[in-house]
Amino acid sequence: SNMTVRDAINQAMDEEIKRDERVYLLGEEVAQYDGAYKVSKGLWKKYGDKRIIDTPITEMGFAGIAVGSAMAGLRPICEFMTWNFSMQAIDQIINSAAKTYYMSAGRVNVPIVFRGPNGAAAGVAAQHSQDFSAWFAHCPGLKVLSPYSAEDAKGLMKSAIRDDNPVVFLENEILYGQSFPVSDEALGEDFLIPIGKAKIEREGDNVTIVSFSKGVELALDAAKKLESAGVSAEVINLRSLRPFDFESIRKSVHKTHRLVTVETGWPFCGIGSEIAAQVMESDVFDQLDAPLLRVTGRPSQQRPRRQGRQKEPQHQVNIADYLLDTIFATRFLSNYWTLAQRTSFTFHSFPSLSPNFF
Amino acid sequence: ASNDVTFQTKPYKLHKLDDGPNTSVTLNREDALKFYREMQVIRRMESAAGNLYKEKKIRGFCHLYSGQEACAVGMKAAMTDGDAVITAYRCHGWTYMLGSTVTEVLSELTGRISGNVHGKGGSMHMYTKSFYGGNGIVGAQQPLGAGIALAMKYREQKNFCITLYGDGAANQGQLFEATNMAKLWDLPVVFVCENNGFGMGTTAERSSASTDYYTRGDYVPGIWVDGMDVLAVREATRWAKEYCNAGRGPLVFELATYRYHGHSMSDPGTSYRTRDEIQEVRKTRDPITGFKDRIITANLATEEELKNIDKEVRKEVDEALKTATSDGVLPPEALYTDIYHNTEKQVIRGATIDETVVQKYKNTAELLKENK
Repeated sequence: SNMTVRDAINQAMDEEIKRDERVYLLGEEVAQYDGAYKVSKGLWKKYGDKRIIDTPITEMGFAGIAVGSAMAGLRPICEFMTWNFSMQAIDQIINSAAKTYYMSAGRVNVPIVFRGPNGAAAGVAAQHSQDFSAWFAHCPGLKVLSPYSAEDAKGLMKSAIRDDNPVVFLENEILYGQSFPVSDEALGEDFLIPIGKAKIEREGDNVTIVSFSKGVELALDAAKKLESAGVSAEVINLRSLRPFDFESIRKSVHKTHRLVTVETGWPFCGIGSEIAAQVMESDVFDQLDAPLLRVTGRPSQQRPRRQGRQKEPQHQVNIADYLLDTIFATRFLSNYWTLAQRTSFTFHSFPSLSPNFF
Repeated sequence: ASNDVTFQTKPYKLHKLDDGPNTSVTLNREDALKFYREMQVIRRMESAAGNLYKEKKIRGFCHLYSGQEACAVGMKAAMTDGDAVITAYRCHGWTYMLGSTVTEVLSELTGRISGNVHGKGGSMHMYTKSFYGGNGIVGAQQPLGAGIALAMKYREQKNFCITLYGDGAANQGQLFEATNMAKLWDLPVVFVCENNGFGMGTTAERSSASTDYYTRGDYVPGIWVDGMDVLAVREATRWAKEYCNAGRGPLVFELATYRYHGHSMSDPGTSYRTRDEIQEVRKTRDPITGFKDRIITANLATEEELKNIDKEVRKEVDEALKTATSDGVLPPEALYTDIYHNTEKQVIRGATIDETVVQKYKNTAELLKENK
């Protein structure tokens, strides 16, 4: 059967709230409004005020309250209406949630899930269009998950809620409404996806494309295009950004000898940068037949969509074309390339991953 | 009991309350000796910490509680099993009051294995079963305390959480966010402003448009308490616990107290106030001297008995000092423990890729067990 990402997260929370008396959900508009993006739809009616708590607009305050309650033994799910607003509360996530277990020498653990939509949505301008993956993945003590499909969302959310540590759960607004096929197993109440393990979404032999969240969709599209051109691409869905499964990337590149990273975050110090660094520091470096390529969001601020330009976003096609044109045509088939060619592939020439780019 | 003595406290100031704690309080001999001893332990322990710092045996931060002893001792006296406390970085006295030994506190300051968290927290991060730290980010503990109270209410416990901050942190936005939700949801929490007159080197008057901290919860009722009188603090706290446990929601306390030392060890504490001012407080408002005079006058204790307590306290702190300066430190592997709870061993990168290790122990408890 099929399921949307929205329903998958809703089902995961529903099952875990039912399963464990200590689990509760709090955040802005999560109860009576059914969630700003309807992810918590129906839960308040089912569980009432004690388990599903509407908060005032006060991110630092309610994030701190959630963390305090976790220190005292509850298992809160703390929703940020979007991760953009989590910046008001980032001190509670980093300094209070992530560090307490270490500072207390293991005396006080903080079992909490911070969740909400992350990354660019459609036409919502710079303050609502950013990807915080790299920000949170930077911090020890946090676990950082970034699901792509409905199955990812369900299994990872349940694992996150059952985890005894602070988990940052980065959803994607554009994926919420997307339907995915789900297995019978995934519909079950004990379906868990292990944290810290990547998934090979598609096997291939000639190039490895690594991505997460919405980026996986772009990578899969690109792989399809590459296939029609006779190139077999392997697509890795990271699922978990911290702990990080470099081993899956390592194995894949040993087979394909080419590596492309795709993310919607800014390029500087991004997830792709970290992968590049780990490649340099491992035997993967010697396996590469071409330099690693990062495809990222533009390092510029996003503008809202202009009136009258409401066509479907072109970014998916662009990415695939880009991979085809550059990797396939110039890199894949060439035995060598000049410095001039390499430098022409800076991120400035990338088509934007943003749906609002025009 | 027949040997109870009644004392009068300074009047409390009430905000949005029709009645408040009793100004007439009773004290028995046993409690008198106990409170005296506890306050002396904190005073003596903090002096020892100050000296250790000057001898360079304590690294990093060190904020001393001297002058504020009646706050911790008085509040603890009104707590019952299951009640909790969270405070900011000036936490040595509270750690001791909530179950840690002097050795565990001083050893934590010197980073030794016998420390409260075996040297991994230092001056600002100590914990016990009912004590949630020890928080280094000024004001962050305010919503955390409200969250601990939320957990109590959630579990329908008859408990409350004492959430402490200074007059400096009284201006943090988080306090207003936390008091708002605490009032909305009737959380059993007392937000306690220990007003020692200074946020670092900034006087209350220079930081706060209103220095009536007990009124600054607006719609949250508040009480001003003489924080130099352990009996007033105990009585107000007892009253507050009843208030919270009756489901009436949060309270704001202002405990008027004073800090003898500078903000931290790097602050001589004399550029923004005069030595005369400190001397004046020591002479006229000191929480220990004042209490001592009262209980001797009331025949609850003799000068001789208190001298004996002083001697015992000195011995206890000296013994603790020995351990704190001679005990071992955790092995280097401890750097890589306590990253995640109940999680398989992680690969942790060192300063360079060559120093990458697989966690030898998941947490400090495991490390200590296997190195016994």
